Amino acid sequence: MQTRVVAALAAMVATFGGVGVPAQQTAAAARAPDPTFEKWCSHCHRSGIYMAGTLGLQRKYNGSKPALLEERDDLTVASVKVFVRHGSNSMPPFRKTEISDAELDALASYLAKQ
Amino acid sequence: MPLPPDVDSKRFAAAMRELRTIVGEQWVFTSEEDVDLYRDAYTPFFGEPEEYIPCGAVAPASVEQVQEVVRLANRHHIPLWPISTGRNLGYGGAAPRLSGTMVLDLKRMNRVLEVNDTLAYALVEPGVSYFDFYRHLRDNNHKVWMDCPDPGWGSLIGNALDHGLGHTVYRDHFDSHCGMEVVLPSGELMRTGMGAMPNNPLWQGFKYGFGPHVSPIFGQSNFGVVTKMGFWLLPEQDEVRSHIISVRRNTDLEAFLDTMSYLVNSGLIDSSWQLVSAIRGSSDSEIRAALAAHAPDAELERLGAAKNLGYWSTRIRFYGPSAVNAARWDYVRKRMATIPDVFFSDGKVYTFPMDTDSVQDEPDDLFAKGGLGIPSLAIFSLGARNGSQGHIFFSPIIPATAREYRKALEVFRQAYADLGLPPLNFVGGWSWYRRTLVLLFNMPITHDIAGNQRMRANYKRLVQIGAEHGWSEYRTAPAFMDDVMEQLSFNNHALRRFHETVKDALDPNGILAPGKSGIWPKHLRGKA
Repeated sequence: MQTRVVAALAAMVATFGGVGVPAQQTAAAARAPDPTFEKWCSHCHRSGIYMAGTLGLQRKYNGSKPALLEERDDLTVASVKVFVRHGSNSMPPFRKTEISDAELDALASYLAKQ
Repeated sequence: MPLPPDVDSKRFAAAMRELRTIVGEQWVFTSEEDVDLYRDAYTPFFGEPEEYIPCGAVAPASVEQVQEVVRLANRHHIPLWPISTGRNLGYGGAAPRLSGTMVLDLKRMNRVLEVNDTLAYALVEPGVSYFDFYRHLRDNNHKVWMDCPDPGWGSLIGNALDHGLGHTVYRDHFDSHCGMEVVLPSGELMRTGMGAMPNNPLWQGFKYGFGPHVSPIFGQSNFGVVTKMGFWLLPEQDEVRSHIISVRRNTDLEAFLDTMSYLVNSGLIDSSWQLVSAIRGSSDSEIRAALAAHAPDAELERLGAAKNLGYWSTRIRFYGPSAVNAARWDYVRKRMATIPDVFFSDGKVYTFPMDTDSVQDEPDDLFAKGGLGIPSLAIFSLGARNGSQGHIFFSPIIPATAREYRKALEVFRQAYADLGLPPLNFVGGWSWYRRTLVLLFNMPITHDIAGNQRMRANYKRLVQIGAEHGWSEYRTAPAFMDDVMEQLSFNNHALRRFHETVKDALDPNGILAPGKSGIWPKHLRGKA
């Protein structure tokens, strides 16, 4: 098993020049998942070799902050709402027919630690 | 917010009051904060007054509400731009072609109405995304697979109507649809095919019905609002596997593509396939230096052979029983073996039944999940690495022959040089539609106004250059729809004039999606 993990990581490094995204979730695993995060955010913001959001944040912070949103401890309710309603780089904003204000409140609380 | 043409603020306010009684207060959006959510996140007009900005958005929850909204739009002359999920990024997003148009957001109509495992079809509403539909199939243990485009948040209906594509047997999403329900511009409800007969059980089984087959005119058009659509699905297969075919020399392209045509048109290969050049598209520093120095093919081929890279390659997928897939692969290799030094490699083999949620991403196959009909957003990882603000596609479609591909590569290589763009070593060609290659030029969107202006001018020039050689695009963003339609000029634009005749007959007030695909209502023709 260990050999396979090492081989997979080696393949990632060979292909993507060492994008060190953790292979497993850690801190977030203990919490109940937020349904809005699962439905709308998880496809880009979880761990994986093709996760656009995680790769983008990896590039932006270069290790100074976690690339996984669920591992960040500096997100605020307000900042989460700004990103969801305004987007960032190639991430588009999300409309109220997709994520309602009430769902956004719950999502922001889920991601914000402060 | 811009108002619709010829509608003053008083009339607009009155229309909005009426609209709120139809759909409810919270589903009419007119504040700047809310309407901004319907602008194109990848607009090529960022920060410029030319950006297409809606006057508002309305989100009905039912077909009856859509009909009411359309009737109101006629009464108040408010143009409507229907969107399903509004995620057509790179081709315009949710934004209309004409500023002051109201977005008709169908996202709330998100029911999967029927899945038939035996005849392998489904009937869905516009707001159902590929993610939603995948979850529905899995949660209800259906034994059918969907096909999905690369961005999984798109709508089955929206993607099909824009002639979107995937990877599996049913990858041509419009061709794979069967039966529509359409709200016509008058507000009247119509069903196509056998849906026209009450209680006919073949609405999703037999697309032609009786008499003229009209469903196709609702694709890439502004002739109606599609509120239901049937789709054919693939029964669960025993096995899915992929293989890569590579040839060593540039001069092998003729035999390679001719053989692919034979195999695809014989039904022996039933997946999409992409023509790539591991050498010309290489990130290897030695090869890139050789390309920059315009090294001859012999030198590139020597470098490629040393690194085991093909000059031309493609990945194909097989769907079916293991023994049948193996036999087909044997035959493909036999046909390809007439090309000296052709070489092959094997991708992962998936055996079913299996839990598709457990399928992992493959480092060497960005489309591994898509090839199984599992939706993802993996495609966006390409832009994430360069900090892109978005992209827009220039996507001409050409015959899948080496002669035409070489000609296109040379024409666009020269065009890139003439326009001062970075050197064009190679462009990938996707064969989603049999007999064709779609050349995908990814034009980056920035927040630099001058850069975007240059990009738009370049784009328009590329459209013209393509047309000079007989190539059109299969799909484009609203910013360039007029330019693409303009090139379809046979017999003094007889096709566009036909579209306009249909438009005027169905939509005399011109309230549905003015300018979609370059089709304008009479009162705006030549003025917008």
